[in-house]
Amino acid sequence: MIYREAGDFKTTYSADNQTFPIRFDRMGYYAVLIFAAVVIPFLINDYWANSLLIPFLIYAIAAIGLNILTGYCGQVSLGTGGFMAVGAFTSYKLMTAFPGLDMISITLLSGVSTALVGVAFGLPSLRIKGFYLAVATLAAQFFLVWLFNKVGWFYNYSASGQISAPSRDFFYFIPFEVTGPTATAPAKYLFCLLFVFVLAWVARNLTRGSVGRQWMAIRDMDIAAEIIGVSPLRAKLTAFAVSSFYVGISGALLFTVYLGAVEVGASYGIQKSFLVLFMIIIGGLGSIFGSFAGAAFMVLLPVILKVLLVDGLGFDTALSAHFQFVIVGALIMFFLIVEPHGLARLWALAKEKLRLWPFPH
Amino acid sequence: MPDQLIFAMEVTFNGLLNGVMYALVALGFVLIFKASGIFNYAQGVMALFAAMTLVGIQEGRVPFAHLINAMFGTHVHEFGWEVPALLAILLTVLVMVAFAYLVQRFVFRHLVGQEPIILFMATIGLAYFLEGVSDLMWGSEIRNLDVGLPQGINDWIDSTTFEALGYGFFIDNLDIAAAVIAAILVMSLIAYSQYTKNGRAMRAVADDHQAALSVGISLNYVWILVWSLAGMVALVAGVMWGSKSGVQFSLSLIALKALPVLMLGGFTSIPGAIVGGLIIGVGEALFEFAVGPLIGGATENWFAYVLALVFLVFRPQGLFGEKIIERV
Repeated sequence: MIYREAGDFKTTYSADNQTFPIRFDRMGYYAVLIFAAVVIPFLINDYWANSLLIPFLIYAIAAIGLNILTGYCGQVSLGTGGFMAVGAFTSYKLMTAFPGLDMISITLLSGVSTALVGVAFGLPSLRIKGFYLAVATLAAQFFLVWLFNKVGWFYNYSASGQISAPSRDFFYFIPFEVTGPTATAPAKYLFCLLFVFVLAWVARNLTRGSVGRQWMAIRDMDIAAEIIGVSPLRAKLTAFAVSSFYVGISGALLFTVYLGAVEVGASYGIQKSFLVLFMIIIGGLGSIFGSFAGAAFMVLLPVILKVLLVDGLGFDTALSAHFQFVIVGALIMFFLIVEPHGLARLWALAKEKLRLWPFPH
Repeated sequence: MPDQLIFAMEVTFNGLLNGVMYALVALGFVLIFKASGIFNYAQGVMALFAAMTLVGIQEGRVPFAHLINAMFGTHVHEFGWEVPALLAILLTVLVMVAFAYLVQRFVFRHLVGQEPIILFMATIGLAYFLEGVSDLMWGSEIRNLDVGLPQGINDWIDSTTFEALGYGFFIDNLDIAAAVIAAILVMSLIAYSQYTKNGRAMRAVADDHQAALSVGISLNYVWILVWSLAGMVALVAGVMWGSKSGVQFSLSLIALKALPVLMLGGFTSIPGAIVGGLIIGVGEALFEFAVGPLIGGATENWFAYVLALVFLVFRPQGLFGEKIIERV
């Protein structure tokens, strides 16, 4: 009975166009934000941070990035893992070359360098379409991973080929350590949350503005879009740039904040590309909320399966890993058949129903 | 002749034979794509699944043994019999046909008319699903596959080239067998699609779904047929790669090798798959031989993709693909 537009009068055009037009939604959104920023940091411990919250936040950024490219602009990319590696290695080189630099600048610069690489690999998209392009982005995936594996300069010639993150501060006048072995869980969590909040907000506003409408025009029918005056060059390359910027930041955070030490083939291989792609399929193509839902789902699934199968039924871990493959694969097919727009559409339908409840006619 | 040239010749030969292997996988892709417009990412996993099933049946393993043991606390692993290779192959073909039916019935029948990219992502889901099923059924250990194909260095080529050039070429018998089998497979596939009723139906569906439907061809039947054929091609590819390097998870990654082959040859052309496979096979072998040592080696991971990418920029439909015509 409280989920209503009735009585909530909009007097300006911008108020009518806001992201959460219903007051209840708006309040819920603020409540979640305040809870995430103020309450969770006091409750969080290492287990919660490392197994759920931090990976969820980091993958949510990657999912938003890929969703911009695939969901909004219609260019399927299987090179996400490679672009995440660009972000990670840029942040590593910056951290080791400039010890005084703070983490916010490092992470943003990692995003910028990934955006440049993304634009370079996005150039073929002007000629190649559909799954020819999807396969072409695999070139980026394999080439970048090989590059970071073979060229010693990228990993500072360390013997194992691994890179590991030294301790660095949040911002230059905020001396909180967010990377390295001594960083605390709340600091890491807040650092990721800040990026997620800002990037999601930017993404939401980009996608409903002029740029976003150009992307969607290209997605729906590129030739028609060109005829009505959308420049495919501009639209596709901006999509690649923005998407790679997000993916690069996510890759950098995954390395610096979450994992701490990575080996490029194991952490940024093709499996990662598929993982992020699955997130946006399950969550919902062309939806910012869907990116969050999908990331949460794919991060939660292995944890739930472990609790159910290994702890509950006493299966060994190998068997439960096999089950995970079966379940993820089946879910992907299930979602594509039943609801190609993913969890986000289900959520929207539920809200639609709720608005009319209890008098649906 | 200078040594370098002789080595390059040997590398080229081996590259050609490797290319045949890539082409074998690419063939399965082309078959399904032509008939149903589905770009089947799961082809590589199908090869893994087929080879695993073949080994499992041959050695008389109990399917889902791990699962049964975990659920009921039993300790069953093997039936204790061995099945001859030919019978095992027949049984595996039956399994692949059943798989084709299930895939068509439960997945792609519900996705008819969806955008190609949605279908592609569904096959990625299928690949994950099948990989999990394959592990659950037969376990994830490396298995040796032996169906009686010749293996080891070919002595005749070794001795003839040694007499002629003073250096014996190392060519594996298995690669030669694979090339012969691939040639037979391609010829019989072409004959099947040209001269049989079912083959004609397949071509009709590939040409135009609705026209085919209106003259009374059952789309469902043709699609099951095509998936079964792709399953059999996957079995052949799985047997070849499995005999070469053991049946294991990495077998499913050959799909990733076949993708650039397809891009180069065009998604809709059987000759394109063969020629693309050969170009990629030779190209990556020669590149690794000539440039690899200078830049750190292991270039075969990405060379094929970059080659295909550069090529596509100039000819977006591939070598033999149909011209892409777009209308608003």
